[in-house]
Amino acid sequence: MREDTPLLEIRELKKFFQVPAGINHAVDGVSFIINKGETLGVVGESGCGKSTLGRTLIHLQEATGGQVLLNGEDITHVKGHRLKKVREKMQIIFQDPYSSLNPRKSIDFTVQEPLRRSGRYSGSRLKEETERLMQLVGIDERLRYAYPHELDGGRRQRVGIARALALNPDFIVCDEPVSALDVSIQAQVLNLLMDLQEKMGLAYMFVTHDLSVVRHISNNILVMYLGQAVEKAPTNRLFEETLHPYTKALLSAIPSVDPLRHMEPLQLKGEITSPINPKPGCRFAARCPYTTPECSEPQVLEEILPDHYVQCCHCREINGL
Amino acid sequence: MEQSEKFLSVKNLVVEYTQGKDTIHAVNKVSFELEKGKTLGLVGETGAGKTSIAKAILRILPDVGASIKSGEILLNGKNLITIPEKEMQQIRGNVISMIFQDPMTALNPLMTIGAQIAESISLHNADWDSARCSKEAVKMLEMVGIPGERFGEYPFQFSGGMKQRVVIAMALSCNPELLLADEPTTALDVTIQAQVLNLIRELRKKLNTSMILITHDLGVVAEMCDQVATVYAGHIVETGSVIDVYHNPAHPYTEGLFGALPVMNTESSRLTPIPGTVPDPAVIAEGCPFAPRCKYVTEKCRNEMPSLREITPGHFTACFENIGGNKNA
Repeated sequence: MREDTPLLEIRELKKFFQVPAGINHAVDGVSFIINKGETLGVVGESGCGKSTLGRTLIHLQEATGGQVLLNGEDITHVKGHRLKKVREKMQIIFQDPYSSLNPRKSIDFTVQEPLRRSGRYSGSRLKEETERLMQLVGIDERLRYAYPHELDGGRRQRVGIARALALNPDFIVCDEPVSALDVSIQAQVLNLLMDLQEKMGLAYMFVTHDLSVVRHISNNILVMYLGQAVEKAPTNRLFEETLHPYTKALLSAIPSVDPLRHMEPLQLKGEITSPINPKPGCRFAARCPYTTPECSEPQVLEEILPDHYVQCCHCREINGL
Repeated sequence: MEQSEKFLSVKNLVVEYTQGKDTIHAVNKVSFELEKGKTLGLVGETGAGKTSIAKAILRILPDVGASIKSGEILLNGKNLITIPEKEMQQIRGNVISMIFQDPMTALNPLMTIGAQIAESISLHNADWDSARCSKEAVKMLEMVGIPGERFGEYPFQFSGGMKQRVVIAMALSCNPELLLADEPTTALDVTIQAQVLNLIRELRKKLNTSMILITHDLGVVAEMCDQVATVYAGHIVETGSVIDVYHNPAHPYTEGLFGALPVMNTESSRLTPIPGTVPDPAVIAEGCPFAPRCKYVTEKCRNEMPSLREITPGHFTACFENIGGNKNA
C-alpha cells in the first residue's frame, strides 16, 4: 500500500431501488475520500439517502453504479470468500440498540459471534478476546451473561460497538449511533467512539441528522440532499463559511440552548420532495429561496473555495464570492 | 377563584405504577405552578416521569397498574383529581388538550384526517350538526397550514411533519386553555421541527393558550418556554425562569445536562458525560436520587433528600450545595 493511497475512496456511488412508482434514486453519484484515522460526518434529513450510502459502502447491499475502493482495491462487486475478508475490515454500528441485538442471545454470545465466524478464535483465546473487547468498550464483567433487555440503551450501544470492533476493522460506519440515547448517555458513547479512534486508528463515517454531534466528532462533513452531496468541506470551514442554501437552512433551524438567542428566521418552506424519478435539475430548487430557471439545469459539485465543494449554480452570487 | 393568576397549580403530586410485586415510583411529590398564557418546559431523560405528570393532569394514566397516590392538581382552583369522571370528560379537549409525541401513531389510520378533527369538535359541541363540525375542521386545517382540500385524505397520505400539524389542529380545535405538548417535535427533522415550533408559538400567542412542553431537548425549551423545570427520577430538582436556569444552573444534574451537550458554537474535543445511569424507579433510595452520579456529593446527600429551596427570586434548586455561579446564595 502506498503512503498516499486513501483508506477508502468512493467514486460516483449510486444506489437505485425499483419501486412501483418508478426508480428511487436513494444515492445518486456521491464521491468522497476517507483517510486512516479520520471521520467523515454525513448529515441530512430523513430520507436523504445517508443510511443507504453507509450500507452500500460496506456492501450490505450492492451498488447500482460507481466504485468503492478500499486501500486502492476496487471492492464494489467482490463476492464470496473475498467479500468475507473485506467485511472484516469494514463494520457498522446501527442506530437503534434496541432492535439491533438479538433478544434471545446473551451479550457474551453476541460479542463472540464475529470472532467465532472468523474461524480464528476458539477455546480460551475466544474467551480472552471477548473479555478484552468488553473491557475495551466498558461493559461490566458481571453483565457478561446478561440479555439485551436487562441493559439500558447506552450499554446496549456499547455491545454493538464491541461487536463491530471484534475483528479489528479499519473502518466503521456509525449510522446514527447516539440518536436513540439520552444526552448524558450520548456523551458517554461519543467519548468512547473518539477514544477508540485514537487508540486504534479507526476511520469513521458518521451518519447523523444532528449537526452539533457531527461538528464535535468529524474532520470533514458531507451534506446530503435527496441522494446527492450538496456541500462537502472540512468541518470548521463548513461551519464558518456555509455556502449552500440548504446547509444554511439546516444550521438556522437548530434551536440554540441560549434563551437570549433565538432561531434565525431563514426557514425552509415545505418538506423534502420525493427521490423517485427526480428531474435533472437542482433537487433542492422546490424549497430554495434563490431558485431561478437556471436551477432546472443539471448541477455539478464544484470546488468553490479550496477543498470546499458546493453543488449550486448560484453559490457565488449568493455568497458574494 | 375564576381568574386567579396561578392558572394551574400542581401540589405534591405522587404517581405510582404497580408491576407485579414492584412499585414504580414515577412521580414523587412534584409541585409547580403555571400562569395564564405562559409556557413551562419539563426537561429530563427517558423515564424521568415527565409524561406521567402530563397524563396525571389529564387523568389519562392507564387504568390498570397506575394510580395518583396523593397530591392536588388545581386548575382555576378546581381539583382535577377529585372531580367525577363525567366532569373530567368536559375538561379534556375543551380546557386541556394534549399533543402526543409520535404523530405516526397518534392518528387513526382508517379515518380521514378531516373526520378525526371533526369528531373531536362534535364531541365537545353536542348541539352542532355534522356540516358545521366539518366546516370548523377545515378551518383548523387551514390554520395549521394544510389546504382544506386535503380534508378527505388518510394519514398515510401525509408526511410526518404534516401529520404532526394535523395532531396540533386536533388539539387546538376546541380552543383549550392549557396545551400539554409531549415531545411534539422529537420525531421530526430539524427543518420541519422549526416549522412546527413556529406554528405552535404563533397559535399559542393568538389563542393565549398556556402550555407545558415536555422534551429532552434543551434547545427547544430555550426557544419556546418562559419557565423550565428539570425532572430527575420523578422529582423536580430545579425550576426557575429559562434565563436563570440556563445561565446559572443550580442543580448538579442540570449542570451535567449542559456539560454533556455537544454545543454548536464552541469547540471542545471531549464531552463531559454524567457518569452512571438513571436509578431504578422501583427502588426508593434514601437521600438525593442524583447522589450516586453527583460530583458534589456529601454524606448528607446520601441520607437526606434535599427539598427545593429558593436561591434567587423564583429560582429553586433541590440541592444542599451552592454550585456554579450561586456561591453567594
